[in-house]
Formats: sequence, structure tokens, C-alpha cells
Amino acid sequence: MSAKCRLIVFCLSAIPFAIVYLAAAKNLPPWGHYRGPYGDVISSLSVYERHTTDVVNAIDYDYRGFDTLGEEYILFASVLGVMLLLRDPNPKSGTADEGQGLSKTVKFGSAACFGLLLIFGFYICTHGQLTPGGGFQGGVIIATAFMLIYIAENLKSFKAITSHPLMEALEALGAGLYAVTGVSALLVGAPFLTNWLPLGTAGDVFSSGTIAVISASVGLEVAAGFILLSYTYLEDIISGGGKVS
Amino acid sequence: MKIAGSLLLMLIAISGFVVVRTRNVTAQILALSFYGLILAVMFFFFQAPDVALSQIVVGAVALPLMVMLAIARMQNRDRLRERSRSRER
Repeated sequence: MSAKCRLIVFCLSAIPFAIVYLAAAKNLPPWGHYRGPYGDVISSLSVYERHTTDVVNAIDYDYRGFDTLGEEYILFASVLGVMLLLRDPNPKSGTADEGQGLSKTVKFGSAACFGLLLIFGFYICTHGQLTPGGGFQGGVIIATAFMLIYIAENLKSFKAITSHPLMEALEALGAGLYAVTGVSALLVGAPFLTNWLPLGTAGDVFSSGTIAVISASVGLEVAAGFILLSYTYLEDIISGGGKVS
Repeated sequence: MKIAGSLLLMLIAISGFVVVRTRNVTAQILALSFYGLILAVMFFFFQAPDVALSQIVVGAVALPLMVMLAIARMQNRDRLRERSRSRER
């Protein structure tokens, strides 16, 4: 395709797009305004109905909990897929990693940040119903804290701390707990994923019923999933993965 | 408020363009990480702290990490392939 031909194709698609885009932009709500009743209704109701001060988490794990269940299993399935593809059936030994060539300052800094980051991750996980955050964000923060161990030490100590079978079990537990919380509502005679636990006082850590439980289970699943993912990749790279078959 | 928001949106457009135009893969990952961070600042500015937090952990940490690991693996494979080719000769 010549440069001229490419330009013609670009103009053919760009000009109609620009017209439609400008027509749509003309009809946008004014700066800082919100159209539609749903958001206002749910943000004024969620504190009374669910004792949750963070409306986003009330929507994620309660009002629209079924969607989040699907999203969590998407993540679960993709982590499983990567592990299946990269798993070495007969792992070689004796490929010690080569110290990565990082300076002592970087290693010390990573080791110093580990505890702080871990606590921050747990805080985000358990306070999702009160402040912005929640299981997903907290889970990724916990997983990155463990990645710092790899930077500060080496893959061997990373492996020793995030021992493989335990992580797999934790990931499955996190994914399963969400579904079990949903099914448990059936036992008390309510529809799937109903918030049947006592709601507690709004603003308390142990409040908002199943939202806190689901947030914690998502945090567990995401943290274990990301650790497994990075561990599988790292082991594969260092043991000379991607063999030419 | 309006001016700061417009500037922020402009900065996002520019850094998105830079991500696409960067040719060196490692530099591109860093640019992508920076772009994710700016996007998080934008979400925070427009009063969506929840989304901003998700954007920080996914766009600025997890996504560049995954891309970097995948590229390291691909480079590893290329190196092994070259080595086996030179051995055959």
C-alpha cells in the first residue's frame, strides 16, 4: 500500500469520524454536571440501605455483585491459562539466578518498603467499604509487595516465601469464598448474593455485611493470582524458558 | 478548575501519543507506566478516587510489569534460538 493510498483510506475514515465526534461533543453535559438519576439515587441510598460509606464498593460487591463475580472468574481463568501454558513438566535444576546486577541501595530500599506496602495492601483490602479501595486494588498492592522480595533478594527466596501449592490453594479459596458467600444467602431463604449478614454501624470496619467478606475474598484471590502469575513468568524466564521446539 | 482539567486532558493526549511513538521497547514500557499514572491523576481530579486507585495498581504497576515479563521471555527465546542456530553451523 503506497503512502498516497494510505492517506486516502485514512481521510475516508477520519472525516466521518470527526463529524460524528464533533456532533456528539456538542451535546455533552456541561463541565462537572451529571445526567441521569441512577447515580444520585444510589449514592444517597447506599449509606442507609447497606451501611457503606464507599458507594463504589456497595455497587461492585452488592448491587452489581453478580457482574463482579464474573469478572473475578475471568481473572481466575486467565491466571490458570498462563500457568498451564508456561508450566515446565520437568523443571531443570542448577540454574541459579545471576544476582540481577542491582545496586545495594535498590535492594535495601525494596526490603525496607516490603512491610509498609504489605500493611497498606491489607488496609486497602479491609477498608474497602469505608474509603476508596477494596479487594481488587488491595490484592494487587499485596502482590507487588511480594515482588519487592524478588528485587531485594533473588528468585529462591521469592519462591520460599510464596510457596507454590499454598498460593494455589489461597487463590482457589479466594475465588471460592465469593461464590460461597453468594450461595449462603440461599440458605437463609434470600436470592443469590443477597446481603444477609448483620450490617453493623456505618463507618465501622466490621460493617456492611457481605460487602466486607466479598472484598476480602477478592483481595485474597487477586493477591494470590498476581503472585502466581509473576512467579510463573520469572521462573520460566530464569530457567531458560521459551525453548525452540 | 476548568483550565487545570483541560491541561490534564491535554497532557494525557500528549503522553498517549508519546507511548505510541516510542520505538525502544523498554522505554515504551516506562512511557506506558507514566501514562497510567497521569490517567490516575485525571481520575482523582474528576472526583473518582476509587477508579484512580484501580488505575494506579493496574495501569502504572501491573500492566507494565506483565508486559515487561512477557518481553523478557520473548527476548530470552530469541537468544536461545540464535544460539541453537549458530551451534548447527
